[in-house]
Amino acid sequence: MRCGFCLPACPTFSETGVEPASPRGRIALMKAAVDGLMVPDQQFQDQMNLCLGCRACEPACPADVKYGQLIEQTKEAMEEHATHSLPVKAIRRMVFKHIFPKHGRLKLLGGALSLYQKSAVKKAVQSTGVMKLLPKQLSEIEAILPAASSKGVVERLGTFFPAKGEPLARVALFRGCIMDIIFADTNVNTVELLSAAGFEVYIPEGQVCCGALYAHSGEMGDARKLAAVNIDTFKQLNVDYIVSNAGGCGALLVEYDHLMQEDFKYRDSAKWFASRVIDVSTLVVEKGRIPNFAQPESSVQAGKIKVTYQDSCHLRNVMKGSDAPRILMKQIANAEFVEMSEADRCCGSAGIYNIVQPEMAGFILEHKMEHANKTQASYMLTSNPGCLLQMKAGIGKHPPDHPMRAMHIVDFLHERMAGSE
Amino acid sequence: MLIETAVRQLRESVGEQFFRTDQEALIAHSYDGTPMLQALPDGVIYPGSTEQVSEIMQIASSHRIPVITRGSGSNLCGGTVPLQGGIVMVMHRMNKIIEVDMENLTAAVQPGVITGQFITHVEELGLFYPPDPSSMKISTIGGNIAECSGGLRGLKYGTTKDYVLGLTAVLADGSVLRTGGKLTKDVAGYDLTKLLVGSEGTLAIITEAVLKLIPQPKTKKTMVAMYKDIYGAARTVSKIIKNQIIPATLEILDNPTIRVVDDFAKIGLPLDMAAILIIEQDGEPEVVERDIEQIQLICREEQADRIEVAADRKEAEKLLTARRSAFTALARLRPTTILEDATVPRSKIADMILRTNAIAKKYNVNIATFGHAGDGNLHPTATTDARDHEEVHRVEAAFAEIFAAAIELGGTITGEHGVGVVKAPYLEWKVGEAGVEVMRGIKSAFDPLNILNPDKMFAKETKKRVVMQRG
Repeated sequence: MRCGFCLPACPTFSETGVEPASPRGRIALMKAAVDGLMVPDQQFQDQMNLCLGCRACEPACPADVKYGQLIEQTKEAMEEHATHSLPVKAIRRMVFKHIFPKHGRLKLLGGALSLYQKSAVKKAVQSTGVMKLLPKQLSEIEAILPAASSKGVVERLGTFFPAKGEPLARVALFRGCIMDIIFADTNVNTVELLSAAGFEVYIPEGQVCCGALYAHSGEMGDARKLAAVNIDTFKQLNVDYIVSNAGGCGALLVEYDHLMQEDFKYRDSAKWFASRVIDVSTLVVEKGRIPNFAQPESSVQAGKIKVTYQDSCHLRNVMKGSDAPRILMKQIANAEFVEMSEADRCCGSAGIYNIVQPEMAGFILEHKMEHANKTQASYMLTSNPGCLLQMKAGIGKHPPDHPMRAMHIVDFLHERMAGSE
Repeated sequence: MLIETAVRQLRESVGEQFFRTDQEALIAHSYDGTPMLQALPDGVIYPGSTEQVSEIMQIASSHRIPVITRGSGSNLCGGTVPLQGGIVMVMHRMNKIIEVDMENLTAAVQPGVITGQFITHVEELGLFYPPDPSSMKISTIGGNIAECSGGLRGLKYGTTKDYVLGLTAVLADGSVLRTGGKLTKDVAGYDLTKLLVGSEGTLAIITEAVLKLIPQPKTKKTMVAMYKDIYGAARTVSKIIKNQIIPATLEILDNPTIRVVDDFAKIGLPLDMAAILIIEQDGEPEVVERDIEQIQLICREEQADRIEVAADRKEAEKLLTARRSAFTALARLRPTTILEDATVPRSKIADMILRTNAIAKKYNVNIATFGHAGDGNLHPTATTDARDHEEVHRVEAAFAEIFAAAIELGGTITGEHGVGVVKAPYLEWKVGEAGVEVMRGIKSAFDPLNILNPDKMFAKETKKRVVMQRG
């Protein structure tokens, strides 16, 4: 099927206007490589890497072409034959083999990062201009990173948190790796929000990274190993739902059944796992008791405050969870939800895309902020750590003519939940 | 392969970045929306102006290089597949709406403008451009003109040819031709504007168009009529027209189409019905009310099981957008979707559906039918698998018989998709030997070296008419 309905949905096609940078074009290139009509050379690989993996082409496709699976397989094949330069190899090795798979090491890193952020070292480092030696994107990210913490959600709340009132269901929080270090507060707020909505929350300690960064980089073997650990860990708990508060993680978790379909030992439990994965907003709206939300007293204003929302591509296109966050935002007394134009379009963050494809990410972010700034919103809410950081960067780079703050929707709701008590 | 001099000249003409010969560009321009067709070009060029197109054509004709012009490549007749190699000319850079003339109700556009964006633009100004091919979100105005695209509003408002008033086009030798203008009346010589509309890139390269706009209808109303019996739906179509009601849109979807469309769009279509009609009327409020009432009456007379009127514009748009996805959605059933475009006089819709279903049965192939029933334009669509050669052969045989049936009922082999390469063997069935000869003569007058989209429209061999099995 080559109808081209996917073209208008694709951010890289919109920016470049050329067929090879579209889903239809990329699939044609993949097929040509498989058919031996083309050599998967550097140009081929660059084109595949230019894809954000936002999967906006999938809901746009009436034929139900599974683009996400195709690009993942292609990246896996590329990775198998990859010859990375030495520094890239070293970084990949450290990140993929030694840091992400082990939560303990991540926490150590979080502690170190926290120390760095609190100490005079950060100031010293920044004033010496060492950061300028790093790629521009990395130093920009360093500047907007929130306070890291060595204390994750389990260290703060334990492994179980009871429901307020009659329990509606048993759920388990997927805490994530990045989320639990630089957004540990969001994890804590997620648990409290779930509890307020009537859920018993388990936070299994044995869980590891979801594997999304691996899968998107073509390291499928490692992604499967991590998935197996998570499946075993959550299966023991026999919960009704597995809750994610990061669209990027949730999208891989919800596809664990696809990831493990060749593994006959894990196939059934992967299905069990995938069928229970749900985004926090969707769970609260569809299965919970929606708490009352109101502006905290300190920020009660005469008029309504405007709130807008940047969809997480993976939450929207893979987890199909774009309605619930909007329903929740509309529940808040004294707030007005303003939809920005093209809210459903990728912000350019896309995992580590903004670091490896800075130019394209920059174009996409610029367009995004044009739309965001037009809403005149005071809050830009998101449902994924990558999008949140990107929106913070966007507000800094293309500042609106009014104050705007980027926040995870859970943190925003939590603040207002407290206000209602 | 292009000779080095040609490559150098083409690079100089448009600039290094806008002439590509790398394998990525060649592969990505080796296909269009048509299944089972692919051929690699030797180069891909992106002109930025009429002058550049003219220069490119001078170079191409001096080296006798085939030139295949294209927009988004959404056509379904293989019209933009570079069968003889050569250069694919992509018109996307020429994408400006040059002017909307509010006094003459015309617009001047470059060919690369996306149709849907153009429609939105003029509607924001309170005007109306009716041609609305299902691919309008992605297809370009230039492509629509080259293929004479139709759409869901063809029945009341006509198709692209009814809205093109003038053209700027570059001939094969690079000379620039201007036809028509902002004129409602113009009989100065042969009507070259109309001739170029639907010429499928075989006569000239369109680089600018003057389009007719009309006032926006005041109101619209959309309804769905559902039938347990598909022939009841088909008879309704003929009866509405016979009663001298011309709706803006009158679409039919059969059961397999209803199922796949709903699977994609999730709008709650009735999965247990044999067929539905989507009907829209626009115009003055009282006329719309009266027509919709009368149409409902006719639907009931023809045993419609249920009738629903869309509550608001949003609901109606959802319905029409879902209908536009029908062709692609059918790919959910089998890997290869071959869509055809048989058209009959409107009174023969029921006969044509009966014949199509009998033919599908005879050849043991799956054919879903949907289309613009109101203008007699049906899209019988085979869901098959290109890897099963034996089945594909049966599909082709079935389609040959469907075209023959259409012609026998006073119809044609294509209502809006064009001839391209897919229908070329059947062209003579419709226009006759004399027709093909005149067309070949016109082709050689415009393009004596046969470098503009060669192998399209005219087949090396005409298919023999199949013996019709009656009954």
